[in-house]
Amino acid sequence: MNWTLALPEIVLSCSGLFILLFGVLQKRSEPSFACTMLTLVAFLVTGILVVVAPDGAGYHGQFVNDGFSRFMKILSLGAAGLAAILSLDYNRQEKTARFEFPVLLLFSTLGTLVMASSANLMTLYVGLELQSLAIYILCAFARDELTSAEAGLKYFVLGSLASGLLLYGISLVYGFAGTMEYAGLRQVLTGGAPLAAGLVIGLVFVIVGLAFKLSMAPFHMWTPDVYQGSPTSVTAFLAGAPKAAAFALLLRVLAQPFGHLAGQWQLLIEIVAIATMFLGSLAAIGQRDIKRLMAYSSIGHMGYAAMGIASATDAGIRGTLVYLATYLIMNAGTFGCILAMRRRGRALTRIEDLAGLGRTDPTLAVLMAVFMFSMAGVPPLAGFFGKLMVFAAAVQAGLWVLAAVGVVTSVIGLFYYWRIVKVMFLDAPVAGAFDHRAPSLSFVSAVTGVATVLFLLVLGPVTGAAQAAAAALFG
Amino acid sequence: MITVASLFSVAVFAPLLGALVTGLLGRVIGDPISRIVSVGLMVVSAGCAVAALWFGLAASAQAVAVPVSTWVQAGGFHAAWTLRFDTLSASMVTMVSCVSMLIHLYSVGYMSHEKNPVHRFFAYLSLFTFAMLMLVTSDNLIQLFFGWEGVGLASYLLIGYWYDRPSAVAAAIKAFIVNRIADLFFMVGIALLFLLFGTVSYDNIFATVPEHVGASYRLFGTSFPAFEVIGVLLFIGAMGKSAQLFFHTWLPDAMEGPTPVSALIHAATMVTAGVFLLARMSPLMEFAPVAKGLVVVIGASTCFFAATVGLVQPDIKRTIAYSTCSQLGYMFVAAGFGFYQGAMFHLTTHAFFKALLFLSAGSVIHALHDEQDMFRMGGLARKLPVTCAVMWIGSLALGAIPPFAGWWSKDAIIDGAWMAGGGLGGFAWTLCTAVAFLTALYSWRLLFLVFHGRPRVPELHDHAHESGPVILLPLLVLAVGAAFGGWLLRPWYIGEHQAAFWNGSIFNAPDNHVLATLEHTQGLIALVPTILSFLGVAVAFVCYMLKPEIPAQLARSMRPLYLFLLNKWYFDELYDRLFVRPYRALARLLWHVGDETVIDGVPRGLARLTVGGSSGIVRIQTGSIAVYAFTMLIGLVVLLSTFLLVR
Repeated sequence: MNWTLALPEIVLSCSGLFILLFGVLQKRSEPSFACTMLTLVAFLVTGILVVVAPDGAGYHGQFVNDGFSRFMKILSLGAAGLAAILSLDYNRQEKTARFEFPVLLLFSTLGTLVMASSANLMTLYVGLELQSLAIYILCAFARDELTSAEAGLKYFVLGSLASGLLLYGISLVYGFAGTMEYAGLRQVLTGGAPLAAGLVIGLVFVIVGLAFKLSMAPFHMWTPDVYQGSPTSVTAFLAGAPKAAAFALLLRVLAQPFGHLAGQWQLLIEIVAIATMFLGSLAAIGQRDIKRLMAYSSIGHMGYAAMGIASATDAGIRGTLVYLATYLIMNAGTFGCILAMRRRGRALTRIEDLAGLGRTDPTLAVLMAVFMFSMAGVPPLAGFFGKLMVFAAAVQAGLWVLAAVGVVTSVIGLFYYWRIVKVMFLDAPVAGAFDHRAPSLSFVSAVTGVATVLFLLVLGPVTGAAQAAAAALFG
Repeated sequence: MITVASLFSVAVFAPLLGALVTGLLGRVIGDPISRIVSVGLMVVSAGCAVAALWFGLAASAQAVAVPVSTWVQAGGFHAAWTLRFDTLSASMVTMVSCVSMLIHLYSVGYMSHEKNPVHRFFAYLSLFTFAMLMLVTSDNLIQLFFGWEGVGLASYLLIGYWYDRPSAVAAAIKAFIVNRIADLFFMVGIALLFLLFGTVSYDNIFATVPEHVGASYRLFGTSFPAFEVIGVLLFIGAMGKSAQLFFHTWLPDAMEGPTPVSALIHAATMVTAGVFLLARMSPLMEFAPVAKGLVVVIGASTCFFAATVGLVQPDIKRTIAYSTCSQLGYMFVAAGFGFYQGAMFHLTTHAFFKALLFLSAGSVIHALHDEQDMFRMGGLARKLPVTCAVMWIGSLALGAIPPFAGWWSKDAIIDGAWMAGGGLGGFAWTLCTAVAFLTALYSWRLLFLVFHGRPRVPELHDHAHESGPVILLPLLVLAVGAAFGGWLLRPWYIGEHQAAFWNGSIFNAPDNHVLATLEHTQGLIALVPTILSFLGVAVAFVCYMLKPEIPAQLARSMRPLYLFLLNKWYFDELYDRLFVRPYRALARLLWHVGDETVIDGVPRGLARLTVGGSSGIVRIQTGSIAVYAFTMLIGLVVLLSTFLLVR
């Protein structure tokens, strides 16, 4: 057995324990900064290990390392790293800077890594729960705030329901197939034996459990409340790495063990994607709170990313992966801008607080506009290429309805993204300028802003990596 | 021939240079230099045109093509920029450039009181001259069409020159649209010609006419002789440009433009393009007897119609405008009988005396500070002696009193109609002869109302003054042409030298003997038009000098007829009912129902749907965990049942 396959995860969990210990033993009043920095170092080391880790399966077929898991892990680590940086100054300003925050972030990220490498439904469940439990706590991290506590509790209760559904689905699959290993399931399904109804019902339950994590309609209901209620630094994380990891699970489960049933789950994903795109774009129109708007925006983005899965082709998976990569970049940048919305020490989240930003803080306004345009899919910004690929894949797979709905909802989406730009540049300022921007926020926004604008330059390598990952998935 | 070719090119392109310089640089170089440049270049053009005609006739060569540049080379379709020099084009070039030169000169005086810079006006005038010269010198139908549209454009720009007057703008648009409608037929005609002959070049078309005489188009199960169809279509194009009946409505309105424009474009040159077209296409028209018959009927009807309307118009320029319309009818009658030489003869003499009349009218209007109502004039002969004298000469020419220019050409046409014989000849002769009487009547009505009798509005009369030399000089030159032009040109255009003069540029079918038998008209018949002309003068004298109350009494006693004539036979009203209103109704329907309701309704409805959907979804988001969990379970059930149903 080659235990080094899981070396990145082992190293990350050990560093998590070490940082926890360090935080507890630290006598200084605020160990949070040091812990965050240590977490970032741990992410970096883990990232390097992920890149050099060998391919292969191990731990009795429970764990797998391939191009796909590597791609997803890098995405998760990157998104988590950016979220950690974003939390630095925000948590200090909100007086929630406790060293447990980076530790919880780290364990949640560990969960996403395990999810990406799952080769067994049990690994899947364990990774998912590890990731989720850490997030439940993070959501309620501002424990003195009513909204934060409510968000944590809501997410926990509904997440438990989803976990129950997922677990029930897994047990059905196990009961009808006799195995939980992906390879074994694949064998059973391609064996030519008549397909048991329980097996497919189990598949639906599994999909529903994962769709909850991806906040795909109609399992999205928690998203707006949790996004709005959680501390914004948590929301920034919540909208990033866990989504990528959940997509990793969905992709792997559908492509590997259930790849043979593509004709059957394709329709489900299509229905869910259409509902999600419509819901995300329609509901966002009525929002006044930018965090809530971002919640619906991320719902919509999940719908577009799912288009690639629905097409069930190599090109579709590649499109989804590129879409996720661009989404994570834009998402981190947007939250960098949202976290900078602060007047006289108070964090602001209403859209009208942005009024006149083009005059009071042109840099921030331009960055925000770049992210909004990118999210709307305006060329030549990053968001355009992901959208182009999933649309092309859907059209090539003959899913005209899906592609048409995507176009329609993109148009609707353009409206609410554009509205923010309009508020920033055309409306008159109602209050004074924002507080001075924290350096961490400037750093993240600038880096992701440049990446969004110049994504065209790295489009080739990113697409190549996504292609390799998709190929590994279909192996 | 090289001299002729280069002189000819200079004559055509000098006005273009003038238009470009004054149009593009007018603001920079200022008005005085613009005037000098454009008038100077027109003098060059006129001089070169006369010289080219002179040398060309001396060399008595067949048509010469002066290549300028290639234009369209697409598959089997070729059109080049080529100037065609033959007697027909050279005589037109000479006439156009000379008249245009005089009118440029006249405009210097006429437009001197304008508040705004007038370089734009001279640019348009020169542009028009260039386009007209391109039209008459073209070597193929496409280049002709270019000139055809070019003069239309210049006409539009000049009618609407005073763009701050709504009536001028409306008139400009009317002229353009009416011409567009006729041009559509013209274009179809050209296209059918190309379809039949595979070429648009005159030489190639005329050379192969005999091969295609029997050709026909089949449409809706009926076969139409090709030449007739083409002939009718080309003639409809000509009707538009030459303001013939049914397409005439734009011409009187075009008088909204400055008077030099009316003289140049809407009397002497552009409106005769239709006649020129028929003469140019004579090798083809000669084989389209039905189309030619139509030409005669329309020409004679226009001739009569316009003369009757001209009788009662109170506006001095409109009276002359209807007279133009009527005289164009004469030309078409001649062309319809295959008597193209006579048409060209009348075209040339008409250019002189009609330009003269318009410019004199302009001089009167100028003297009276833009008064155009003849019933507010009177007794101006003493105040404006030169203008009065030249207007008399112009009217004598127009009214066909011997030996003035109009008498020679008009009598020839009326004789030609008689000699053509048959029902058509009788019809045309009757109308044309009656119109001779009417022409003299309205011409002298104008003269008596304006220049003689007692002044009707003393204050206008008191301030009237004779125009300056810049205005009078062109008048005097044109007056010489109006007085002696007919007598001088007759031997060349229709007399003993005509065959040598035209030198094959106009074609007469072998069985077309109108020209040859012109002299055989019986004595009394030949005299009838002249006698009627004198009678017209006499009646005008009685009605407007001796007993001025007669016209008013007549108008009262025959009020319906009077109104009928005054309202121009109700053509405008008829078109309004027939075309404008239904079209507007249709447009309004498409606007309100098609655009506002249907096309705008779709995005509006979608927007409403979107907003409605948005608020609906937001309403579901209650915040209650129970609702959320319930929704999730519902979703699960829906997905499961879908899956099980479709599986």
